[in-house]
Amino acid sequence: MGSAKQHDNDLFEYLLRLGDDRLILGHRLSEWCGHGPMLEEDIALSNIALDNVGQAISLLQLAGEIEGKGRSEDDLAYFRETIDYRNLMLLEQPNGDFAHTLVRQFFFDVYSYYTYLALEKSLHEGLGAIAVKSLREATYHLRHSREWILRLGDGTEESHRRTQVAVNHLWPFTGEMFEADEIDERLTAQGIAADLKKIQLDWRKVVNETLAEATLEKPEDRFLPGGSRQGKHTEHLGFILSEMQILPRSYPDAGW
Amino acid sequence: MAVDEKAKLAAFEERIANGEKIEPKDWMPERYRKQLIRMISQHAHSELVGMLPEGNWITRAPSLRRKLTLLAKVQDEAGHGLYLYCAAETLGIDRDEMTEQLLSGKAKYSSIFNYPTLTWADIGTIGWLVDGAAIVNQTMLAKCSYGPYARANLRICKEENFHKRQGYEIISIMANGTDAQRRMVQDAVDRWWWPSLMMFGPPDTNSPNTEELMRWKVKLKSNDDLRQRFVNLTVPQARAVNVTLPDPDLKYNEETRNWEFGEIDWDEFYAVIKGHGPMNRERLEARRSAEERGQWVREAARAYAAKKQAKEVA
Ligand SMILES: [Fe+2]
Ligand SMILES: [Fe+2]
Repeated sequence: MGSAKQHDNDLFEYLLRLGDDRLILGHRLSEWCGHGPMLEEDIALSNIALDNVGQAISLLQLAGEIEGKGRSEDDLAYFRETIDYRNLMLLEQPNGDFAHTLVRQFFFDVYSYYTYLALEKSLHEGLGAIAVKSLREATYHLRHSREWILRLGDGTEESHRRTQVAVNHLWPFTGEMFEADEIDERLTAQGIAADLKKIQLDWRKVVNETLAEATLEKPEDRFLPGGSRQGKHTEHLGFILSEMQILPRSYPDAGW
Repeated sequence: MAVDEKAKLAAFEERIANGEKIEPKDWMPERYRKQLIRMISQHAHSELVGMLPEGNWITRAPSLRRKLTLLAKVQDEAGHGLYLYCAAETLGIDRDEMTEQLLSGKAKYSSIFNYPTLTWADIGTIGWLVDGAAIVNQTMLAKCSYGPYARANLRICKEENFHKRQGYEIISIMANGTDAQRRMVQDAVDRWWWPSLMMFGPPDTNSPNTEELMRWKVKLKSNDDLRQRFVNLTVPQARAVNVTLPDPDLKYNEETRNWEFGEIDWDEFYAVIKGHGPMNRERLEARRSAEERGQWVREAARAYAAKKQAKEVA
């Protein structure tokens, strides 16, 4: 592929990964709306959903611009299939109980925080600007989910048990977070993307320390096969998309 | 009544007549406290239950920006619930007790939320009509005699105006959209119009609390006055987007400058209050299950806070 074209394609793919992660997580979080364990948490979870969807809008909009085929962020969100989505499988997993939701959130928040921390210095101006703005939100998200991991892990016997179950269940999904492909490698070499190897080190450190402080055990590193960055997913994503996309797909001529 | 009590009551009523605000530490008659607890907790529960019919459309919002504004709106409603629970707590009741009263059916919430949201047009219609009706009511309550409740309503009203604008925007876009969209809009307005009028409560002729509440300036206008104000505001808005309000008796009275409207089906109103609305069971069940499923989480938070405190003391 010619270098300019390949570069744009790399960047488009990379932005889809970032955008889809946040769109799908925002979707899952918004399922909690009105059903949280306490009013304050309803507010916090919908706030975090709001930030994630907001970030997804910026990222997908930029993706559409770079692709240059006139696709808007809504076109990208509503008219792609499961096999076109690039979000991590971790994020499409069902909410489960509050412990599952918060463990999923914590694993992602650490990842997202260090990603934005690196992207703040991205040589791509548009992406750097999104990262600067999003880092503030990601910092708050991480503080929120980390505090909950401590509370739940070191709270009652029941909360400890539930949280350990969630950690054990979700751990195998975290391997693919750090699987770098050629796109990552090229963009990282160009100073545009976040270096996944470095993020993995930071992620491990924070996650290990937090689990230890929460009196939770770190599971053994047995990971599920990845591939979501290339469009491989669990069955859950199809249901998310059929719900999310129902209106624009049913009424493609309508504006809302 | 002891002489002392009588003098206190007279002083209390004089303060209210002078337009002073009553604050939590001030003396107040037991009836005043009871009525306020009833009203504020009912209002708080309504904000909370009101999250459900709209919340279930967040995942189906037809554009990312609509998703964002709906999320923000439902989040605002949770915030309203929180201010209101806090306002009620200043009167000596705690949130757990209020929650218990909601779940046992002892405390009510606005009946409007016992109707289902069937299409995306319902989201626009709720913002336009339901938040619109709430604004009329809450603008009055922002001037009520109890300080914490008045201030809570002042804050709430600012956000409700935003909700109403967004709802009306959805409606006007859909009403100017495709045939399918216009059909959804008319259908939603047909379903929500009458329940919105019922939001102002029973007619003045059958509103046992009104006289006392107005004397103490908990309410400043009667149910029927507020309802009329809402109708007057809404009819021109409906016409502007070519939506028909489902009332053949609706007509303008040049003399009173009011839009007169047809008979409200009060049997339906009382039936829904008694629990026979289409969604009563689901709404309460959703609240109950959130409480139950959240119990271990709240216990964990308490246990952790206690452990931390013990460590700090040690
Ligand atoms: Fe509200
Ligand atoms: Fe509202």
